Parts: sequence; structure tokens; C-alpha cells
Amino acid sequence: MSDITMRVWRGDQNGGAFENYVMPKVEGEVILDVIHRIQATTAPDLAVRWNCKAGKCGSCSAEINGKPRLLCMTRVDQLPEGEPVTVTPMRTFPVIRDLATDVSFNFEMARKVPAFNPIPKPEEGYRMQQIDVERGQEFRKCIECFMCQDVCHVIRDHEENKPKYAGPRFFIRYAELEMHPLDTNDRRELVREKMGLGMCNITKCCTEVCPEHIKITDNAIIPLKERVVDADFDPVAWLGRKILRRTKRTSEEAAVQPD
Amino acid sequence: MTTVENSATRVDNSKTPVVLGGTRGGPDQPTLRTDRWWLAPVITVAILSSFVVYATWAAFVNKDYYAGASMHRDLISPFYSPCLTQGCITSGASIGGHVLSWWTISPALLILIFPLGFRMTCYYYRRAYYRSFWWAPPACSVSDAHKSYSGESKFPLIMQNVHRYFFYFGLIFNVLLTYDAIMAFREPGRGLGWGVSVGTLVLIVNAVLLWCYSLSCHACRHLCGGQVRSFSKHPIRAKLWKFVTPLNAKHMQFAWVSLFFVAFTDIYVRLVASGTITDFRLF
Ligand code: SF4
Ligand code: SF4
Ligand code: FES
Ligand code: FES
Repeated sequence: MSDITMRVWRGDQNGGAFENYVMPKVEGEVILDVIHRIQATTAPDLAVRWNCKAGKCGSCSAEINGKPRLLCMTRVDQLPEGEPVTVTPMRTFPVIRDLATDVSFNFEMARKVPAFNPIPKPEEGYRMQQIDVERGQEFRKCIECFMCQDVCHVIRDHEENKPKYAGPRFFIRYAELEMHPLDTNDRRELVREKMGLGMCNITKCCTEVCPEHIKITDNAIIPLKERVVDADFDPVAWLGRKILRRTKRTSEEAAVQPD
Repeated sequence: MTTVENSATRVDNSKTPVVLGGTRGGPDQPTLRTDRWWLAPVITVAILSSFVVYATWAAFVNKDYYAGASMHRDLISPFYSPCLTQGCITSGASIGGHVLSWWTISPALLILIFPLGFRMTCYYYRRAYYRSFWWAPPACSVSDAHKSYSGESKFPLIMQNVHRYFFYFGLIFNVLLTYDAIMAFREPGRGLGWGVSVGTLVLIVNAVLLWCYSLSCHACRHLCGGQVRSFSKHPIRAKLWKFVTPLNAKHMQFAWVSLFFVAFTDIYVRLVASGTITDFRLF
């Protein structure tokens, strides 16, 4: 079998450069296999994060030929034959070393999501109908690979937006909570004012890269945007709220974590 | 029995600082993609621009938009419906009459504001033109072309939030165009006074596609049932939502096909009305 040229970015906080590794091709391999072979042969100090090798742990996210991909789910034979394969760390987050990035931005944003805040437990216990269970199921498939966060141009190309932007992975979490029949919080003002929902311009790159094929934009972001329209931009809905004396929560009220 | 305490110690987490900065990995290049990522934006720009050029021309010519009794037909171009001028009232096609007899320039200029607004604020078209015209971003993992970026959170783009009102107007137009399609069965002054011609089919397909486009709209999906927290408490809205959801998944396709077909319908009516072609009678 022929050879494969791997152009792997090597570096850390002090900068870095590409290094080429020419490896013999092996039938049926994924890029992570080739990286492991490089580690085992010429570059034992090449840093790469991985765990399951089955596309389920979300650890091996990186960029292959410029696109966010899971290293363990990208087969060598899916890539253009005869061309070098470029492997770089995720662009949006600070690099730790080689292909490993510091994704703590995402954990900060995860902490900010006000947790599920259910109605008091009724006599007969909590009950949820299947139809309501199914609705949020899609969002629970997320493996937290953070490739959607990586590809999102709002923070990929604009570092300064990070403090005020939760990102697609957390928009699906907000959407799931807002669609939960037992939840009592109202996070619409919070996602608009503090979580940057309005900065998303629904260009759908998050949906394109999601390895779990979650319809992030169609099923979470746009429904959230429509909920924000209900809360803030629809005069008829505003009038309805006045007449029915309904209130919405401010972002501060919504951000309070239940116990 | 245990109850969940909702009010005990609470922490305000809305102000957790995010650690910023740090060197990013990879080379400082707009993109490392090697495929033809620029193709999709180029095609989008080409198609949308041609449509805008054609629609502007068609809106200004202000003639040949109606094939009436003199041709034993009752076909009106979607760009000029509802008929607001005297040009087509004799027929009774479309609603409106000559309510605007003082309006002397093309009525299409009044009419087109609504479908144009509907499409300009459509979630799908927004994606298409933000990518292709505004380059924010031109393609995934290709740098966007802007120094600073606030997306749809500030004026003017915050105005995109009016989309649902354009959706309501869109529904009115769909009703009018459906009425036109039914009227297209008329063949005034000939035989039984009705029949089916190619023009009839064109207007019907056009109306059906516009309904598909509107019903697959994201605002429609939200208003049908997406809005509610609990489907089990709102079974009818849940059913409506289940009905429009598969349509919604095809919204992009409907957006393109209906755009092409509206232009095609206008061209067809124009060719018939100007006498360039005859509207072939099927039965
Ligand atoms: S659709 Fe929105 S959240 Fe998703 S990548 Fe695009 S801008 Fe980011
Ligand atoms: S939503 Fe998809 S792309 Fe984003 S973190 Fe979850 S699995 Fe990864
Ligand atoms: S190693 Fe677990 S997803 Fe790739
Ligand atoms: S018409 Fe496209 S989303 Fe409403």
C-alpha cells in the first residue's frame, strides 16, 4: 500500500509549526490510528487527547484539513487520495500542546446555565409523558466534543465575544430546559442579554460539524430565538402578557441557581 | 414524602468570569480548508442577484402581467397580485379592483415589499446571505471578514425579529395567490367558460409551493406548537407542530424551489400576455 503524509501542527503557548510525518497506509485506519503510530514510532512526545476511540467520549476533537472532526471517526480513505493530511488543534481554544487544547471556556459556560428547577413534587410524584420526554432526547445525545463551539465564528473569529457568548453546545442545553414541562425557570432574558443568543446568525456551521447530528440550529437555537421574540420583540405577545398579568424573569432572576 | 426545595441557598452564577486569551494552536491563516468551500457562496450570490435583478425589472415594466378575456384566459403574474390597478379588473381576477386608481407607477412596487420582507427576514435566507454576501462566515471554519461582530444583537439586524409578522402577511398573499390559481381555471368567452391550460397548472404549482414555503417557516413551527413547554398539556398544538416539523426540515428546499417558480410563473404569464407564446389548452 502507498504512504500517507501527515502534516501535524506541533507547538504550545510559545508558538509552533507543522511537522511532516510520512507513514505507510494501513487499510481501514482512522486518523487517530495514524497519530498513534506516529507516537509509537517517530514522535513519542506528540500530545493528543483521546479516550474511547468510538466517537462517544468527545475527547479527540481537532481539525483535519481545516475542518473540525473527531480524530477517531475520520477514516483515512474518506480524505482526498494522495494529498497530505493536515491535522491541527481546535482553533477557538488556547492550545496546551500539539493537538490538545484547553477547553475550560466551555466548562465556565456550563456552570452559568441555571440548573433544572422543577415544580414542587406533587403527591403522586413527578410524572412526564412520553411525548414530552421525546422532545428533549435529541439534545441529550451531545458528547461534549465542543466542535460546535470551535467552529462557531462568533468566538472563533472574535475572541472578545467569549465572555458574553454561551455558544451552540449550551444553547441546546438552554433549549432543553426551556422545553421541559416540569421546569419553572424562564431563561429567555438571560440568553438574550448575557448569553449572546442574538450574536448567532444561524449560519449553521455548528449543525454541520456535530458528530451526533443534533439539529442544533433548527431545533434549539431558532426555537430559542423565537421564544426571545415572544418575550421581547412581539407587541401582540407583550399586550397578551399585560392583559393576563404574566411576568417574565429578568436575566438576574433567571441566573439564580436552585439548590 | 420529600419535596424539592427551590429556595434554599442560591448562588448568582451569571457573573462567573471567563478566562480569556492564551495562544491558539495552528497557523494564523484564514482557513486550512483545501476543498472548494467558495463554490456554495458564489452560486448563492449568482442566483440571488439574478433573482433580484429580474424581480426589479419585472416590477418596473408595469405591463404584460395579465392575460385576460381577449385571450380567453384569466392569468395574473404573482408579482402583480392582488390586482390593484385598472389593468386587470375587467376580468375579476384577483381581489382588489381599482382601489388605487391614483397610483400611477407599477403596483408591483407596493406588492413586492411583503414577499421581499418575508424572504429577507427568513431564517434560511439569512443563513444564505450572511454567508455569501456578508461573509460572516463565508463557509464553516473559514474566517469571517469582519473586525468586530455583534450579529443580530444590535440595530439594524435586530430587526430580523419581525419575521413572524412577515409570515402573517405571507399567509394573506398565499390566500390571494390561491384565489388566482382557482381563477386560472376560467376561460372567459369560450365553451363552458372554464378549462385547464398549462397556465392553470403553473399558477397552481406556484401557489402550492408558496404554501409549502410558508408552512415550513420556523416562525410558523414555533407559533403552531414549538412555543409550549408541555406537549402533553397542549395536544392540538403538539399535533400541529408534528405536522409542520417534517415540512420545516425541508425549508431550504422549499425556499429555493418556490423562489425559482415564482419567477418562472411571472415569465410564463408575461410571455402569454405579450402574445409571445400561446397558453396551451390541456382539456
Ligand atoms: S448557527 Fe449560530 S451558534 Fe451555530 S455556528 Fe453559526 S453562529 Fe454559531
Ligand atoms: S452539540 Fe454536537 S458538536 Fe456540540 S458539543 Fe455536543 S456533540 Fe459536540
Ligand atoms: S476518542 Fe472518544 S470520541 Fe474520539
Ligand atoms: S420563511 Fe424561512 S424561516 Fe420563516
